[in-house]
Amino acid sequence: MSSSNQKSYVPYHSPYDPCPPIGKKYYSTPPNLYMGFQPYNLPQYSPKEALQKGTLWPAFYDYYENPYERRR
Amino acid sequence: MWVYEKKLQYPVKVTSCNPTLAKYLIEQYGGADGELAAALRYLNQRYTIPDKVIGLLTDIGTEEFAHLEMIATMIYKLTKDATPEQLKAAGIADHYVNHDSALFYHNAAGVPFTASYIAAKGDPIADLYEDIAAEEKARATYQWIINMSDDPDLNDSLRFLREREIIHSQRFREAVEILKEERDRKIFF
Repeated sequence: MSSSNQKSYVPYHSPYDPCPPIGKKYYSTPPNLYMGFQPYNLPQYSPKEALQKGTLWPAFYDYYENPYERRR
Repeated sequence: MWVYEKKLQYPVKVTSCNPTLAKYLIEQYGGADGELAAALRYLNQRYTIPDKVIGLLTDIGTEEFAHLEMIATMIYKLTKDATPEQLKAAGIADHYVNHDSALFYHNAAGVPFTASYIAAKGDPIADLYEDIAAEEKARATYQWIINMSDDPDLNDSLRFLREREIIHSQRFREAVEILKEERDRKIFF
């Protein structure tokens, strides 16, 4: 299933809010939210790669990076 | 009964001497959505859940202890050589006066661990929904810690732990589906 693993929204910013607006707020929507029962015979990583990534299946892999740092 | 393997589930490497990160990580050690709470929650629920999903709770509860051990290692490495002055600068002087650099089960704000962090309702759906929520909360906590951390090696281990939370959530969701039944028919969809 193809779906983006990150969503965002723009919180309302009042002219009287003391801090400059953060712009977008991000939240994760990892693949497990969309999968339901895991289908049979999904492609797999090699054992070594799976141990490194934390999952055997590319369909569940969700790399995370600080979204606020990336913007700057 | 358990069999112990004398190694970490995933390597823990810390690049920078940054005791402040230990202050954040303690949230996953003795916090409400931390690894201790997770392990105790799942292992305790096993006795009052349908047979089909007991094994899942055993597996995941056991893995949470392996995660707890990784978190402990991170905190230990970040603080073991820190001087009292450094700990003070990192904002963990209050921890130091009570515990020196010993680990303790409390959250990032110093609130001690309590069993009321975990629930056991005895209703399989309610308990599994709680478990799903706990995994998503732990995943979010890892994200917030990664956002606060600039240590690439530490973040690598944290990303592994975050990925495991995703998988655990997936398995709990599947457990709910199993208990909702009609599983046999769904296979062929």
